[in-house]
Amino acid sequence: MSDVSIDIKELSLSFGATEVLKKMDLAIGKGEFLVLLGPSGCGKSTLLNCIAGLLDATAGQIWINGQNVTWAEPKDRGIGMVFQSYALYPQMTVRGNLSFGLKNQKMPKAEIEKRVARASEILQIEPLLNRKPAALSGGQRQRVAIGRALVRDVDVFLFDEPLSNLDAKLRSELRVELKRLHNRLQNTMVYVTHDQIEALTLADRIAVMRGGIIQQLDSPQVIFNKPSNLFVAGFIGSPAMNMLNGELKGENFTLGSEQVSLAGYDANDALRDGKVIVGVRPEHTKIYTEAGAGRFVATVDIDEPMGSDSLIWLSCQGQTVSVRAGVEENYKIGSEVYLSFDASKASVFDLKTEQRM
Amino acid sequence: MVDASTTLSGPSGTKPRRILSRRNIILYGTLITIALYYLLPLYVMIVTSLKGMPEIRMGNIFSPPVEVTFEPWVKAWAEACTGLNCDGLSRGFWNSVQILVPSVTISIAIASVNGYALANWRFKGANVFFTILIFGAFIPYQVMIYPLVIMLREMGLYTKLGGLVIVHSIFGMPILTLLFRNYFTSLPEELFKAARVDGAGFWAIFFKIMLPMSLPIFVVAIILQVTGIWNDFLFGVIYTKPDNYPMTVQLNNIVNSVQGVKEYNVNMAATILTGLVPLLVYFVSGKLFVRGIAAGAVKG
Repeated sequence: MSDVSIDIKELSLSFGATEVLKKMDLAIGKGEFLVLLGPSGCGKSTLLNCIAGLLDATAGQIWINGQNVTWAEPKDRGIGMVFQSYALYPQMTVRGNLSFGLKNQKMPKAEIEKRVARASEILQIEPLLNRKPAALSGGQRQRVAIGRALVRDVDVFLFDEPLSNLDAKLRSELRVELKRLHNRLQNTMVYVTHDQIEALTLADRIAVMRGGIIQQLDSPQVIFNKPSNLFVAGFIGSPAMNMLNGELKGENFTLGSEQVSLAGYDANDALRDGKVIVGVRPEHTKIYTEAGAGRFVATVDIDEPMGSDSLIWLSCQGQTVSVRAGVEENYKIGSEVYLSFDASKASVFDLKTEQRM
Repeated sequence: MVDASTTLSGPSGTKPRRILSRRNIILYGTLITIALYYLLPLYVMIVTSLKGMPEIRMGNIFSPPVEVTFEPWVKAWAEACTGLNCDGLSRGFWNSVQILVPSVTISIAIASVNGYALANWRFKGANVFFTILIFGAFIPYQVMIYPLVIMLREMGLYTKLGGLVIVHSIFGMPILTLLFRNYFTSLPEELFKAARVDGAGFWAIFFKIMLPMSLPIFVVAIILQVTGIWNDFLFGVIYTKPDNYPMTVQLNNIVNSVQGVKEYNVNMAATILTGLVPLLVYFVSGKLFVRGIAAGAVKG
């Protein structure tokens, strides 16, 4: 029990007739960086608000550090929270923002000073302490918002899409800083985002959510390489995974008029015959100019150069396939090429259950 | 050396605009005409109030005073008679102030807390409560005049200034609550959540987070209440007695007195004096007023 920081037990939440969270069970370890990932409306922010105590659960329990906090006020849960819109108090200086929560706790002044100094040192916002939020840039504001959680000296940090309001460059900078912060503090962090890059880069474990249900909870590598179902497979990865509709018999996958062997496939349990969808990432697909065993004929549609590499769109047996290729490879539009993919890195989904085999 | 721009032919840079274009003439012509139309009565009032009675009797109401006199103003303020009292409008003015200050303060204090609670703390029955309150705004208040007379009488406040203060505070409540609720809903919800995580309670969030952010809406509320209560005639005449009449009622009694000569100059001065308070409020806070109305109107 001691290494579990947040334990969510059979948590349900409904707004009237709409069920947002459905009997959710989730245990988050001490010092873990857990990312809740999903499209908008999947209940990830709702779950975070439940953990924070800003929303009351309809059923179930929330335990934080071995204490049942289901009915506790937000301030008594030992959490700090960072919001997407920063939510800084506009009429207070940065120092006022940082110390507001501590003043509410009636903490002695010297201790407040010490905590503010420490947080601002960690986040490098010391020169900004006497400014008002309006005089700060987006990145600085978000740093102050993180600082506000930091001064509370709590075990659990909750982030609600903290980087979504920042521009791309700043986002990647702060992402790295967040990771550094986590390495330094070793707190439990729960991070809500719809950005898969943030999820893959930051998380120890990712919980992919849809419709109030966790679809898969695992490390970023497993989520990326062995998505448990079609939804996770399609949601993770940019450019998206190629989905090939075909039929499976034994280890032989039939796509249109051609066949290929899936020997070496890393199955969850075992392959079953029948109609399947084979998911292959563009990174794991190769283009050849000459035919060979286990290669599909395809026609080049579009070439999208992306700087470090280029994305080639092809049509193969009437289905669209994208392939990540080196920039030096040049393919003429309309030309015929041959595709092969790495069966050991593919995922086979049952067409009916949409689960990975 | 030739500047690059000099080589360009045809239209370039800012398009020149003629000041006396047809568009401008129509636009400004209309604006000036309308402004004159609305300012003319005010001009006549001021001019008349500065004339002596003999000059007024000559009938040139638009001509400026030949001999400027402030006697009508003094008379209106300190000497004009209404019934038995002959101390002018000053009595009414102070009555109005005594009604205005507590009514505005009480109604805004309560309504702002109401609005805050309705917007941020979705307590059980909040919607029912809000509906009832808003419903109150649509009931013509003439319906409630007589019941209120009885209620005030039973409380021993009928004809007293305190009774009128209560009446004004209650009648301001629906619209003010609506105003504040809408304003507080328009403030970002995450701010409220952050404050809760920071351990601030109901009052701490209200006073330390919400109030400092709501100056514009308070200005709107103050203007609405000050002008509304100051200009009120009906409640003033019903719920008070001559000694406690507010300024508007007294003004009416001065202007509409049927005995003696009609002293137009005194009447004009008295009217301007009475209208001075709302006028000042508008001048001082006009800009904030517009901003606040816009802010409160964004979300419903």
